Amino acid sequence: MASETFSRKTPAFNVLWLQSGGCGGCSMSLLCADTPDFFGALSDADINMLWHPSLSIESGADAVRIMQACIDGRIPLHALCVEGSMLRGPNGTGRFHILAGTGKPMIEWVQALAAVAHYTVAVGTCAAYGGITAAGGNPTDACGLQYEGDQIGGLLGAAYRSGTGLPVINVAGCPTHPNWVLETLMALAADLFDASQMDALGRPRFYADHLVHHGCTRNEYYEFKASAEKPSDLGCMMENMGCKGTQVHADCNTRLWNGDGSCTRGGYACISCTEPGFEEPGHSFHVTPKIAGIPIGLPTDMPKAWFVALASLSKSATPKRVRENATADHLKILPAIRKTRLK
Amino acid sequence: MARLIVGPFNRVEGDLEVRLEVVDGQVQSAHINSPMYRGFEQILLKKPAMDALIYVPRICGICSVSQSVASARALADAMGVTPPPNGARVTNLMLATENMADHLTHFYLFFMPDFARPVYAQQPWHAAVQDRFTAMQGRHARLALAARQRLFTLLGTLGGKWPHTQSIQPTGSSRAVEAAERVRLLARVREFRAFLEQTLFAAPLEQISAIDSEAALRQWYATAAPDSGDFRLFLTLAWQLELDRMGPGPGRYMSNGSYPSPDGGLTFARGIWDQVSDKVQALDTDSISEDATHAWLSDAGGARHPADGLTVPDIDKPDAYTWNKAPRLDGRVIETGALARQLVDAHPLIRDAAMRCGGTVYTRVLARLLELARVVPAMEEWIKNLRTDEPYFVAHALPDDAVGMGLTEAARGSLGHWIAIRKGKISNYQIIAPTSWNFSPRDAQGVPGALEAALVGAAVLPGEDTPVSVQHIVRSFDPCMVCTVH
Repeated sequence: MASETFSRKTPAFNVLWLQSGGCGGCSMSLLCADTPDFFGALSDADINMLWHPSLSIESGADAVRIMQACIDGRIPLHALCVEGSMLRGPNGTGRFHILAGTGKPMIEWVQALAAVAHYTVAVGTCAAYGGITAAGGNPTDACGLQYEGDQIGGLLGAAYRSGTGLPVINVAGCPTHPNWVLETLMALAADLFDASQMDALGRPRFYADHLVHHGCTRNEYYEFKASAEKPSDLGCMMENMGCKGTQVHADCNTRLWNGDGSCTRGGYACISCTEPGFEEPGHSFHVTPKIAGIPIGLPTDMPKAWFVALASLSKSATPKRVRENATADHLKILPAIRKTRLK
Repeated sequence: MARLIVGPFNRVEGDLEVRLEVVDGQVQSAHINSPMYRGFEQILLKKPAMDALIYVPRICGICSVSQSVASARALADAMGVTPPPNGARVTNLMLATENMADHLTHFYLFFMPDFARPVYAQQPWHAAVQDRFTAMQGRHARLALAARQRLFTLLGTLGGKWPHTQSIQPTGSSRAVEAAERVRLLARVREFRAFLEQTLFAAPLEQISAIDSEAALRQWYATAAPDSGDFRLFLTLAWQLELDRMGPGPGRYMSNGSYPSPDGGLTFARGIWDQVSDKVQALDTDSISEDATHAWLSDAGGARHPADGLTVPDIDKPDAYTWNKAPRLDGRVIETGALARQLVDAHPLIRDAAMRCGGTVYTRVLARLLELARVVPAMEEWIKNLRTDEPYFVAHALPDDAVGMGLTEAARGSLGHWIAIRKGKISNYQIIAPTSWNFSPRDAQGVPGALEAALVGAAVLPGEDTPVSVQHIVRSFDPCMVCTVH
C-alpha cells in the first residue's frame, strides 16, 4: 500500500467492538462499505481493529485477554464500539446476556470498558436508544448506552463522558449505514470530531442534519400528493403507507445504500429507524395514521394549515401522468415530448 | 478429566459458549450454550400481523432476507395465496444473493483464517494460506470482501438496502424491476461469477457443479497445482488434515427445499436423507417438536409443535444451560445446512462423499462451495426471466383469524416460522432457525444435539484453552446464534 510509506505522527487508533442485544446487522452492513478494500480503508485511516467478533482471529481466552488489557490500561482503548442493546434484565442482573467464557454479564464488561475508552460509540439504534430489542413488552429490559428511547440515561447514565469528555456518539440506524460508521471512526481517528458535530440526540450531524425526504425519487408525487395505495406502486408513500421520510433525520436518499438503494427506492416506507422509539410507532408500520383524512405525521417544520391548504391545491392540479403513474408499478404515461424547442 | 469453557467463540454470528469435558486429549462430552436472549417471539405478540415483516428481519443481520422470506411465506399461507411469478423470481434472487454472500463470508472470513494459525506453521500449504486468509490481512479475504460488497448491490436495487429490507411481501415484491435494470443486475452477477471462477475455483462454475464423484473430484484436483484456486487449496489441507474424519454428523439431514419456480417446483428438493438407507423421505412438518428441558425457558406441556410453541423465560431452571430449545424431527436429532440441501437434492459428488465419510468438516464446507457453483448460474436465469410487463405484486387481504407456516432455506439450513393471528393481531409466533437444530442442547431423554455429538472425540492439544479442532468443527456448521435464540 502506498500509504505505508508515509510516517505516522500518531499511534494507531485502537477500536474494540462488542456486540450485545442486537442482530449483528450493523457489522454486516459495515462490510458493505463502498470501497474496493475494506481493511485497507481502515488502515489508511490509522484505525487498528483491536478486536471484532466477526473479523478477528482471537477467540475465547485470547479475546478476553485483550479486553482485560484495555481495562487494566495496558492497551489504550481509543474507541469502544458497541452494537446491540444493553440487556439489563432479568431484574437488573444482566443475565440475559452473559459474555461467553467469562460468566460475567455483558453490561458489566461494557461499563468497565466505557470507563477507560477515549470515545464510546453506539453503533446502530439498538445501542443508541434501545431499538428493536426494546419493542413490545421489552422482555429483556433493553436500553441504549446513554438513552432509553428518547430519555437520556440508559446503561451508562446521563452524566457519563468518555475520556475525551464526549457523551456517547450515537450512530443510529437499523441497520446503520456503513459510511456513517466508517466516517465517524475516521473523523475520530483524525481528531476531527467534537461536541459541536453531534445533534441533540447524540447523532453525528453529518448525516443527521438531513431528512430522508431529501433526494427521494418520489418527490414529484409528493409535490402533487399523488399517493401510492399498495406496495410496488410508484407514488408518494406518506399519505397512505406510513412513510415518515419528511420527518426523519438521515441522508438515506442522497447517500445511497448498497449501490443505488434506499427504503423508499425499494418501494417501502421510511419507518424512522434512526429515531429513538421507532420500534413502537403506536400504529401499524404500513399504514399512515390520520385524523379526518389528514395524516397526523406532517412535516415537522411546516404549519399544519398551510400543509393542508397546499395539499388540497396540489391535488387538484395533479397532472394526469403523475396521478396515474402513482398507482402503477411502472410508468403508464411518459413525460410528453415537446415538438417545439423548450423555453 | 479436565473441563474447558470456551468463549467468547467468535467468527460465528452471535454469542456462543462451548463447555468441554476432556479426557486424554480428547473431548468426551460437549455442552453448547447460546448465552444471549432477546425475546422476539415475545416481542411479536399482539402486534398487527403484517408488522412481523418489520420485526423478523431484525432477528438476524447476516440472514435477514431469509427471515423475511419465512415470515412472508407464513403470512401468504395464512392468506392462502402465492406471489406472482415475478415476485417469486425476485424473492429467489434476493435470497440467493444473501445465501451466496453468506457462503463467501463463511469461507473467507470465518472458516479459513484458522488454518493460518501458527499451529500449522510446518505444513507445506501454510505460507499460501497465510498469504490469502490471515484475518483482516489476507489478500484473498480482502478480494472476497470486495466481491461481496459488489454482490450486495443487487439488494440495493431489488430491496432498497441490506440487511433489513422490507420489500419482500407475502404476495410479491414492493420493488418492480424495469427492463434496463435487468442488464445491470445481470452484469453484477457476472462480476461475482468472475471472482468465483478466477479466485475461488480457478475453473468455470459449470465444470465444478458437474463433478459427480470424489474420484472425479480427485481427477479434477490433479489437473493443476495444489494451491491453484482457493477451492483446491482447501481440498489440499482438508485431505491432508483429515477434515473428512472430523466432526461427524448425526446421519439424518433435513432440507425444506429452496428457490421455488413459478410452476411450483423447487430448485433444491425438500425432504430427509438418511445415511444408513441412502434414501430421501418426505418431510412431515407435523413431526417437528421443540423440547425446552435444558433451556432457560418454560417447558410446560413437554415437547411442543411450533404451531403451539411457548417462549417464556425461566432463568433459574435447574439443568438448563442455554437459551436454545431442542428441536427434534420425529423425536430425533437432525442436521441441516448446505450439506443437507445437497444430500436431499441428490447431488452425486456430495452423496458420494457423505457415503464415504458422513457429515464432517470437509463435507460441510465442500457442499457450501458447490452451492456457489450451482446457484450463481440459476441467478442469471431468474434475472433473464423477469417479465417487466407482468406484475411483481398482487393485492390481497389478510384474514383477521388465521394460522400460517413459512418454510425456507437460509444459508445455514432449514428455517421455519409459525404464526397464529387472532383479530388481526399476532397471538403466537414461533421460529425454528437452522442453528436451533444444529446447536441444539440435550432433550428430555438426554440426547445431545448435532454439534454436541459432533464434538465428541475432537483433539485437544497440550496447553490449548481454545482447541483449534473444536474451532474447525464449530465453524464448519457456520452457526448463526442470533437466529437461534432470537
